Amino acid sequence: MTSAADLSPSYDLVVIGGGPAGLAAASLAARVGLSTVLFDENPGVGGQIYRGITSTPIKNGTVLGEEYWAGGALASEAKVSGAAIVTGATVWTLDPSLAVGVSIAGKARLIQARRVIIATGALERPFPIPGWTLPGVMTAGAAQTTLKAQGLVPDGRTVLAGCGPLLWLLAAQLLRAGVKIEAMLDTASRRNWLRALPHLPDFLLSPYWRKGLALLREVKAKVPVIAVDRLSAAGDGKLKEVVYGTGGTEHRLAADLLLLHHGVVPNVNLANATGAAHRWNERQLCFEPVLDDDFTSSVPGIAVAGDGAGIAGGTAAAERGRIAAIAAVRALKPEASVPDPQVVRQKLAREEMGRAFLDILYRPADSFRRPEGDTVVCRCEEVTARQVRAMADTGCEGPNQMKAFLRSGMGPCQGRLCGLTVTELIAEQRGLSPAEVGYYRLRPPVKPITLAELASLPIGEAERKAVER
Amino acid sequence: MRTADVVVIGGGIHGCSTALHLALRGLKPIVVEKDYAGRHASGVNAGGVRQLARHVAEIPLSISSMAIWERIEELVGDDCGFDCHGTVLVAESEEELAGFRARVEDLHLRGFSHEELIGRAELKRLVPAVSDYCPGGVVSRRDGAADPFRTTQAFRRRAVEKGAEVIEGVRVTGLVRAGSVWRVETSDGPIEAPKVVNAAGAWADRIAAMLGEPVPLEVIAPMLMVSSRVPPFIQPVVILRGRKLSFKQLANGTVVIGGGHLATPFRDENRTVLDWSKLTASARTVWELFPVMREATIVRAWAGIEARMIDDIPVVGPSSTSEGVYHQFGFSAHGFQLGPGTGAMMAELIATGATNVPIDGLGIGRFAAR
Amino acid sequence: MFKRLHDTATVTITVDGQPVRARIGDTVAAALLAAGIDHCRTTPVTGAPRAPYCLMGVCFDCLVTIDGVGNRQGCLVPVREGMAVATQIGKREAGR
Repeated sequence: MTSAADLSPSYDLVVIGGGPAGLAAASLAARVGLSTVLFDENPGVGGQIYRGITSTPIKNGTVLGEEYWAGGALASEAKVSGAAIVTGATVWTLDPSLAVGVSIAGKARLIQARRVIIATGALERPFPIPGWTLPGVMTAGAAQTTLKAQGLVPDGRTVLAGCGPLLWLLAAQLLRAGVKIEAMLDTASRRNWLRALPHLPDFLLSPYWRKGLALLREVKAKVPVIAVDRLSAAGDGKLKEVVYGTGGTEHRLAADLLLLHHGVVPNVNLANATGAAHRWNERQLCFEPVLDDDFTSSVPGIAVAGDGAGIAGGTAAAERGRIAAIAAVRALKPEASVPDPQVVRQKLAREEMGRAFLDILYRPADSFRRPEGDTVVCRCEEVTARQVRAMADTGCEGPNQMKAFLRSGMGPCQGRLCGLTVTELIAEQRGLSPAEVGYYRLRPPVKPITLAELASLPIGEAERKAVER
Repeated sequence: MRTADVVVIGGGIHGCSTALHLALRGLKPIVVEKDYAGRHASGVNAGGVRQLARHVAEIPLSISSMAIWERIEELVGDDCGFDCHGTVLVAESEEELAGFRARVEDLHLRGFSHEELIGRAELKRLVPAVSDYCPGGVVSRRDGAADPFRTTQAFRRRAVEKGAEVIEGVRVTGLVRAGSVWRVETSDGPIEAPKVVNAAGAWADRIAAMLGEPVPLEVIAPMLMVSSRVPPFIQPVVILRGRKLSFKQLANGTVVIGGGHLATPFRDENRTVLDWSKLTASARTVWELFPVMREATIVRAWAGIEARMIDDIPVVGPSSTSEGVYHQFGFSAHGFQLGPGTGAMMAELIATGATNVPIDGLGIGRFAAR
Repeated sequence: MFKRLHDTATVTITVDGQPVRARIGDTVAAALLAAGIDHCRTTPVTGAPRAPYCLMGVCFDCLVTIDGVGNRQGCLVPVREGMAVATQIGKREAGR
């Protein structure tokens, strides 16, 4: 295992995140001779989509599906590319001078990069329903993670709720692994179909529609799918019941595990903390970095590839990683031979086709994004929707003032689980658009580090020399 | 054309406090703020409310300010998170303690009694978590700390309630004499007023330059970091002199670590870039002084942009070139505590032409003499 | 809440002093879920119980004390034989 002391003081390219975008980028750059390091905070590479790809105990290929196993090639390619692949490595700061702060096993280093590719991917959109903080309520992604990486599956009465392709995929994977699902509570608005219809032709040309339809059929054959427009988790200290309804009806379903999901959004924390410009994407209902054709951000030398650049899925992420890496190679080693970026861009365009249809079809309903009353919005500091709305009414104009007034977004997750909700709530109360309200200004360390880790950072020439090998 | 009795440039703690005190005297101030009230140093400083270890020239302002802090809720309708557990200046060696003793004796001779020398036992009683190597220190028992953003907002809110106007997101672009009044050009049109207060913090030199009154102002960005919530273990604010540190646990359990290590400021972009080498030095100081903090996690670090004068004391008082203009800036990373009192003094000065609080030595003229 | 598809638990960790079997390749959070724990921490604000939520490093609800160090993200730390995991109560962390 690589330790902090094993790292060089500087690299041509630092890639942050070992999902498809990061793996593809690091492989391409290292193969043509850029000194390249890839940091990932998880115990292994693969990101979320290929989680546990090099170590999964799931040997039956059909459970996770062929798309999952495609990740193996990316991982092996990266392994032999010459890039240093460092797992268990948490990047906690990146500044505009391209200094990268990283912690490995409790020891910190500052590494100087000539180019940086942020490939920190996506996270699941906050799903703030009453009771979502109860033990027994998790994200669908969490269940998929334990399935892939540990071969661990839900036991007991399991309910899935929400909308989006990943929820259906998870349902199918769990069914194939022999898990019984009590119900699938579908929160997508029926009206989305009409709005999505104009984008159907594109979707029919994409690689996804056949697979998507097959998934839907596979799940619907075994699980009752119930359309809902209200949803909450109830229990005292842990989940006991899922409460749902449409119109005037209300049903209670005894449950041990509720898995929530309504789409994924870019994990913007690191890019935001570097000062890179971001903008609101109204179709995907999230903030995303402002990028050029090579995925370079507004901060020179820093690119954002993969789903962190806007949601497009795993295969598109790899192509984006390659495009960003080609730009880095062209800047640092123009004589090296790289693939024609136009060819990669065409592949990417094909992968991105049909995205609009899915985005609109699975657009989460307003009521599930903008909670009311005592529903917790900020899980870390336990700030409720009522508090945020009331503070917006009394004049609080933006998320950064909200931080100061209510401490929302001030806990260890640094707004990852409340940022979008707080922005949308302020926008609704003040009659503004989320673009006008803006997002939290994020501060490093983007992941908490202990005082001891920070104190371990080599400073001064003598200390730095002592750790350089 | 908008008109006012006083245009206050800058919506920090100083601008908002001056506006409130002017309004309380029946005058109509307009505060012009380029971002929003408390956006910079006033909203994001360490929140120390300290008389301890101040330059002699600003002690009168600090003492008058303290009297206001002690009834802050009466004044602004919000307790501002103010608590009063004292500030302790910790000596890290016998030699340092000897230096502190000399200062405290000197202050007593000048008639200031707020600083009190303490030995090892009293230090341990006040700050049980402090490392054993520290032989004593100085305490100012009436000192405390407050929530800076909440305080600035409370002053802003009460000022508005009392008749002040606060215009945010508007930038001052020019200052011209128009007969008996000043015409303040802004990005939202001109405002005319007989009096102007320059409380523009890190941008105050640009306002002074409009008056042909250049000042040696350095833009600085002192860094702070905060831990996640930890169990309560310390009540007073602790500061050091030999090494840079200010250290305070808030009521919510988080610990704010500062002390004046500087980030790189970019004042035209409202942006700072942190210096992790210096934050590491800060972490090491805490590691040694408070072993209890070693495994605490640091969740955020930031820096607020403000002004430092070459002599580390503020510029307070009338302009030396321009009748009707007053300066109130350059608080050099220790202006938060001074906000309430300086605003009151400034309002008195503007309304009556004189003040009882001595501000000798703080005038802008001191730079012209150099 | 969770069960293993393959019974391959081969290492032993302790959770609040009690031995718990885990598999090489488990993260601490996964091991806790497999062992059927109710919650892994209580919040510093209201004392509410929390269990792992996202398992991908973003939610910080799986914070636990590992080998004496508080506030560690259980979903990012692989288990090791003999590792001592403790439920994190409220603000626990400093001085431990």
